[in-house]
Amino acid sequence: MSTTLDRDAQRVRAGRGSHPGRPSGVPGLTIIATLVALISLMPLGYVAYMTVATGWDTAVALIFRPRVMELLSNTFWLVVCTVPACLVLGVAAAWLVERTGLRGRRLWGALLAAPLAVPAFVNSYAWVSAIPSMAGLSSGVLIATLSYFPLVYIPAAATLARLDPAIEQSAASLGLGPWAVFFRVVLPQLRIALTGGGLLVSLHLLAEYGAFAMIRFDTFTTAIMEQFRSTFNGQAGNMLASVLVLGCLLLLLAEVRSRGNARYARIGSGVQSSPSILPLRWYQLPSQLFLLALTALALFFPLWFVIRWMVVGGPAIWNLSEYLPALTQTLGYGLAGAAVTTAAAFPLAFLAVRKPSWFSKTLELANYVTSSMPGIVVGLAFVTVAIRLTPALYQTNTVLVIAYALLFMPRALVNLRAGLAQAPKQLDEAAQALGVSPFRAFLRVTLPLSAPAVASGAALVFLAITNELTATLLLSPNGTNTLATYFWSYSTSIDYASAAPYAFTLILLSAPMTYLLLQQSKKAVGQ
Amino acid sequence: MTGPSPSRLPAPAVSPAIDPSTDSHLFLEAVTKNFGSQAVLKGIDLSVTRGGTTAIVGPSGSGKTTLLRIIAGFEAPTTGRVSLSGEAVAGPDGWVPAHKRSIGYVAQDGALFPHLTVGQNIAFSLGHIPRARRKERVAELMTMVRLDPDYAKRRPHQLSGGQQQRVALARALAHEPQLMLLDEPFSALDAGLRVATRRAIAEVLKEAGVTTILVTHDQAEALSFADQVAIMRDGNLAQVGNPFVVYTRPADRATAEFLGDAVILDAWMEGSLATCALGAIPVRRPPVQGEVVIMLRPEQIRIAEDGPIRGTVLDTVYFGPETTVRLLLPDAGETISVRHWNAAIARPGTELRLRVVGEAVAFPKG
Repeated sequence: MSTTLDRDAQRVRAGRGSHPGRPSGVPGLTIIATLVALISLMPLGYVAYMTVATGWDTAVALIFRPRVMELLSNTFWLVVCTVPACLVLGVAAAWLVERTGLRGRRLWGALLAAPLAVPAFVNSYAWVSAIPSMAGLSSGVLIATLSYFPLVYIPAAATLARLDPAIEQSAASLGLGPWAVFFRVVLPQLRIALTGGGLLVSLHLLAEYGAFAMIRFDTFTTAIMEQFRSTFNGQAGNMLASVLVLGCLLLLLAEVRSRGNARYARIGSGVQSSPSILPLRWYQLPSQLFLLALTALALFFPLWFVIRWMVVGGPAIWNLSEYLPALTQTLGYGLAGAAVTTAAAFPLAFLAVRKPSWFSKTLELANYVTSSMPGIVVGLAFVTVAIRLTPALYQTNTVLVIAYALLFMPRALVNLRAGLAQAPKQLDEAAQALGVSPFRAFLRVTLPLSAPAVASGAALVFLAITNELTATLLLSPNGTNTLATYFWSYSTSIDYASAAPYAFTLILLSAPMTYLLLQQSKKAVGQ
Repeated sequence: MTGPSPSRLPAPAVSPAIDPSTDSHLFLEAVTKNFGSQAVLKGIDLSVTRGGTTAIVGPSGSGKTTLLRIIAGFEAPTTGRVSLSGEAVAGPDGWVPAHKRSIGYVAQDGALFPHLTVGQNIAFSLGHIPRARRKERVAELMTMVRLDPDYAKRRPHQLSGGQQQRVALARALAHEPQLMLLDEPFSALDAGLRVATRRAIAEVLKEAGVTTILVTHDQAEALSFADQVAIMRDGNLAQVGNPFVVYTRPADRATAEFLGDAVILDAWMEGSLATCALGAIPVRRPPVQGEVVIMLRPEQIRIAEDGPIRGTVLDTVYFGPETTVRLLLPDAGETISVRHWNAAIARPGTELRLRVVGEAVAFPKG
């Protein structure tokens, strides 16, 4: 449709020179958005190119060997055990908080999202420093479940809070008991939340490096990092990366297929009544104990050990000549990355909201695919491409910030889209009808209305960057350290006390992210 | 073929013909619009007199909002011309963007800026005048649209739907447009408020002497608001004319039925008399002779003791001020609906006498 409009515009334009402000053309934005999407496809292109360049025989030899099978089996069992555990814990917790007479619902609501503030590698550090023998699949599943179940809890809770109770009441009036209502009516409506949350958990499992390296559990990501450390840019590492990327793409496809055409918006007009609350009666105590155990393990346990190590270390661990530069460096990367990411995401979001077409959908899809690329693959791609094409840029802040932008673009996109939807086109048009040029209308109407969403998107990107470890290890300039890389080098050399201040700062910086995610998910479901 | 017809209705005051030589403010010439392969507008010709009010009325999906957006400059026509006061604003001869057209636009939901107060909304286009004068002007405009100037400090969401529409109007008037476009501005309001707001806005626009175009799907609104009504169907203008003309002499059967209840009967046309189940009824300018269908408005069929036609009451629907009575005409075996103010006389089975007032409109059959 947009192409037709453009063609019409050109036809009319051909009549008499150019006419500024035609309603159909936004070629500048389209060009920028296309460029951004192309750059974002670079990691995928790199993996594909490397696979082809390696040659079929070598690739087969490198992929079909016992080591790869072992990694595949590790990663497979990790996903197969962790994702269902996260789904069950997340939905159970969300249902208790949103739909039952649980005491202290508001407090539990916040506490259950809070484990997200503890980065998975900090969680792993707490467990390993407490129980040094922790290793292998079961430990990996335990730590990953505790770190990632909020990724299911948050969307499930937001959806449950917004479900139209009239649907459940209709089901009850058709003779369904409470359990039947839950399984036949409530659970199906959670499908988008569950598939989305499940995908997010799986992608985190495939991409996570620090948490699993700490407990010596080998996944594709840890193996690629090892290969990179030993051979820098070996074919073996690249082939592992192709298998990993293939896994990510398959997950993405599975999620798209199971999501289907489900809609979760309420049909019909009128004001929705608030959901019915199930009294817990004698289940109150078991429910409280269950949630207490869950938050104790996921939140208070790591917090307790981080604080314990800080107390043990005393003032000696606060090496300010290291800590302060790392803090400013981290904040600097966060700010620069957030600015670049938001600016790059804006044209994409604008086209998607204002000029939806197959073209804007393709651009978004490209970004969606990139969002599934693990940090290790993006890092590897940038290292190789920078060395080969632009050696001057290798190990510079520029490359690192671009890599951050690719990794965290979807966070900015989701928020920008929601924000631009708050500023409908009709308002822009109303401003133009009042004699204000399209550009000034954008400045005076669209920008102020979408500013809160732009800010929260930028904040989420900022916080994600402060926690990023894998790509930072690969791409940061020599001698530059962030909070995460200092934490990493101390904790891997088993200096748990010296790592504690960095872990503590990372948790403090991540706390606002939890709140932002909670707010964002409520808004996303509200639309 | 026509002959002097015994007209009991007054002649229309305004000719429906399009004539660009009169003081035409807006002039559309063969405007078409395609979205992809879909033709939304199929060649619209329309002339709007300066200071006049025109209603574009049609069912949803007929293209009326697209037409309005083309006039406003939010869309470009695929082919055809749009001119304002003789100057081409869209088409092969030139393009003037929306913000330079001096056209006011009031959207269906008002489209007030939610981040600004009512006063700031109204003052949106008043940035060029000094602050003190601006405040005065906002108060003036608010009084003009019958809003309490104290509301200036409120946020749009604190106002009722009707008040929001008046703010939107005041905001559009602040820009002093030559032409005001209203896109179904009353449809979101409930029935009582709709009539009051419509009347208030019509008065304000008349006082300001602004040429106005109203888009609506509500025929009663179109007929009561405008002095020119354009009926739109499937991307074409089926008829343009003054409200009285389009209601009493619709151009075709679909227009007749769209503009209000219609009694449609098979008839035989001879000269200017149509013979049907209700007897011989005069027709003004019959299109053909022989087999036709004729259209009467229900209010043209009166219940009268000395009426020449017999009818048996089948059933009634009570509306309060009047009752719709469904009658069987035993002589012809046809069923018609009429309106009457007195529900008590129309019990099912009662026999009534009927009389037809005025002329019918005839359409070729099929």
